[in-house]
Amino acid sequence: MVKDQEFLKKKASYCLGLAKKLGATESSVIVNNSVSETVNFRNKKLDESNRSDDLGISITTYIGKKKSSISSSNLLDDNLNILIEKCVETTKNTPEDEFNSLPDKDLLAKEVKDLNLYDDTHIENDQKIDYLKKLESAASNDIKIVNTESSFTQNKSNFILANSGGFCAGYKTSSFTASSVTVAKDEKSMERDYEYSSKCFLKDLDDAGELGKQAADQTIRKLSPKKIGSEKIAIIFDKRIAKGILSTFASAISSSAISRGTSFLKDKVNQKIFSDTINVLDRPDILKGLGSRNFDSEGVKTDTLKLVDQGILKHYLIDTYNGKKLNLKSNGRCGGTSNLYFENGNISFKDLLNSKSKSLYITETIGHGSNIVTGDYSVGATGFLVENGQFKYPINEITIAGNFKDMFKNITLANDLEFKYATNSPTMMVEGMVVAGK
Amino acid sequence: MSNFFEKSDLSRSEAENIISDTLQKCDDGELYLENSKSESILLDDNKIKNSSYNSDLGFGFRAISDEVVAYSHSNEISKNSLKQSSENLKLTLKSVKGTYNHEIPKSNKKYYENINPIEQKSLNEKIKILNEVNNYLRSKDDNIKQVTANFLGEQKSVEIIRSGGETLTDVRPLIRFNVSVMLEKNGRKETGVYGVGGRQSYDSYLKDDKWKSVCDEALRIASVNLESKPAPAGEMKVVLGPGWPAILIHEAVGHGLEGDFNRKKTSAFHNLMGQKVASEGVTIVDDGTIDNRRGSLTIDDEGTPTEKTVLIENGILKNFMQDRLNARLMKTKSTGSGRRENYRHIVLPRMRNTMMLSGNQTQDEMIKAVDKGIFAVSFGGGQVDITSGKFVFNCTEAYEIVNGKIGSPIKGATLIGDGPSILKEVSMVGNDMMMDPGIGTCGKAGQGVPVGVAQPSILINKMTVGGTKL
Repeated sequence: MVKDQEFLKKKASYCLGLAKKLGATESSVIVNNSVSETVNFRNKKLDESNRSDDLGISITTYIGKKKSSISSSNLLDDNLNILIEKCVETTKNTPEDEFNSLPDKDLLAKEVKDLNLYDDTHIENDQKIDYLKKLESAASNDIKIVNTESSFTQNKSNFILANSGGFCAGYKTSSFTASSVTVAKDEKSMERDYEYSSKCFLKDLDDAGELGKQAADQTIRKLSPKKIGSEKIAIIFDKRIAKGILSTFASAISSSAISRGTSFLKDKVNQKIFSDTINVLDRPDILKGLGSRNFDSEGVKTDTLKLVDQGILKHYLIDTYNGKKLNLKSNGRCGGTSNLYFENGNISFKDLLNSKSKSLYITETIGHGSNIVTGDYSVGATGFLVENGQFKYPINEITIAGNFKDMFKNITLANDLEFKYATNSPTMMVEGMVVAGK
Repeated sequence: MSNFFEKSDLSRSEAENIISDTLQKCDDGELYLENSKSESILLDDNKIKNSSYNSDLGFGFRAISDEVVAYSHSNEISKNSLKQSSENLKLTLKSVKGTYNHEIPKSNKKYYENINPIEQKSLNEKIKILNEVNNYLRSKDDNIKQVTANFLGEQKSVEIIRSGGETLTDVRPLIRFNVSVMLEKNGRKETGVYGVGGRQSYDSYLKDDKWKSVCDEALRIASVNLESKPAPAGEMKVVLGPGWPAILIHEAVGHGLEGDFNRKKTSAFHNLMGQKVASEGVTIVDDGTIDNRRGSLTIDDEGTPTEKTVLIENGILKNFMQDRLNARLMKTKSTGSGRRENYRHIVLPRMRNTMMLSGNQTQDEMIKAVDKGIFAVSFGGGQVDITSGKFVFNCTEAYEIVNGKIGSPIKGATLIGDGPSILKEVSMVGNDMMMDPGIGTCGKAGQGVPVGVAQPSILINKMTVGGTKL
């Protein structure tokens, strides 16, 4: 059982009280508990079970403009006493920073809405096993599938965020996640792919059979890939890759990257950075949303932000510290975005595939090839050659490269947005990128 | 050494009884206890941005029956908590009828000292060095717009208690010092990053102004990148410099030679044992026994002493890296490669210090042998799909080679290749093997562990360079 609010509140107020007694002028604390239970299957048999019970506390103390923090998984009072004393001592010895402070009181969240983020249902391991049996039987139907690994996790979490300014709030969240990784083989090649579903509520989780079949189909179609020549060609990003490009955009507009001057989007507010038709929203109040929240990791209330309006950048993602540095108010994005997404484009997935006589459809990228200082992008990629709207053959061992500044202005979106992750994009076409192959 | 039972209602003998009772008919398993202390001090944007300290305590209880692993972990070292974990394990494994394997090799060798690097240097001294780093760099070059420098220090105490009460312990120090520099000139920005570290005190890497060489290297890389041209796109010859570029070895063949993927036959190498997988002259080892290196371990996280494992000898595939589970199922022995990020995670076979040994050619000979290609000196990181065998790594410092001569620097680009065939494309192996500076972290199944790499300069006949210039 995940610890209740009373237990977490008691620990939080103990820490705030002790920090004050030891000389901290302000302090904040987060206490959390997360209990998760996982069952893994491999080739239709039980492979692993894993139960984890994680407690954590992190405390930040201020003495005037000096700041330091500690964290621990040991919540016994004895240990907390030693750590808070150490934290206050370290704070005294840390140089001042004029921008250090708790968030402004008038920006703190006043109410905690019920966003439907907690499902009380408990799923026993035997039920997880039934789900995985069904999943793996669907996944291994085809003789080309030589290995299946699947997993089911139930997670229940609870937290309290409190500070010496009187803020004290938290709530429970839950998630149910199923995934399947399959390996397919033919005479020439061996390939791997996956499918995944994660929801706040158990009853919303994808059907086991569908998920398994999807994973297997996506793997089999990758068999016997070819390598193509180097050329400039339109790239179509599958939704699961397109969302990563949106995440890179979010890192580049974080107030820390902006205030440090290490982003290619510095000083671009109110300027056009995407093509006209592009809108980007960050909406924290979607019911059952995987990224939904009432406030950010400092307690600041989070409202919906239209980050990009008809191609024009409207906001950075601002926390208290960097906000003060930039002379801007926090907009509740300490810790990043909530439910971030591109609004749907105007054309269907099918029409997007048809829009060029030849294009590359990318289903997986590997490597850490996004540079937010310069905007340069270069990653390894796997996908399919598309001709006249048809998938012709699988492709691998290529790279795709470009610069985000140009890529953003050459995006066309399909109208197939779905909320599968916390960050989501419709299928995305980018023109003008370079493929390196043979 | 931590006494894990000092402040607990659970005594050591009670714990031993629960362990033996839970594991008696299992094939393997243990209680893993861990107490780690770590610190991070960060200078950024002319200020000490962050000083933080973490203390983490917990246990992981593992029971293995045939192929099935049951695991349960918690932060509370108490009678109640351990009993609950024991129940969880029994519930998963239901009826077990194995024979516990008590055999575990012994060794008295130690590859690092029992020290706590955090306590060896005061906070004020660390802050002083970070400020000196900032001043030193900013006074060296007017184009410097940002300096970030940080210290990471850790001491991890582990204790492994096996069925029957056999106990193995280790105390592991680890430090890292990083510097990142951003330059801006004529509206163009570029960064350079460098760092050092290992299982020793901060002073082993920093005293007598040694930190200046770390700063100089970060600045040098950033300056080179400021002059870089777009990288070429397509297949060409690639010369890799010695040391850190051995990320190629780690990604291209290292992961594919880990025991779990080969037992499951999901690695592109699973049916290549004893076969030629690399050019003659290529020998690759994974070594946990080098003094004070980042990837070294006295014992692995199952208690097995580490060793120097020959993976590829003169081009022939000789061994996989094994933990106890995969070794038993593949009827071989553990190579001391069973590792975990911490008590929250199960053990997996992992790399330690992965190294390609020296040959007898010079870097000059390699450059001269290339008409059109690139010379790659420094790298950001890499990734591999072990099933298809395709891997990438990202250059952060590279030059074009034209007619046997090193030309202009080129922008960072991703290089992509095929693991099982890339080492057959190695046509020259240098005589200049070098260790990396000690900053690598390897990720697998969501677990990060410290690792090292090493190699001499090598010439690869054909690799795809992911630039933008056609």
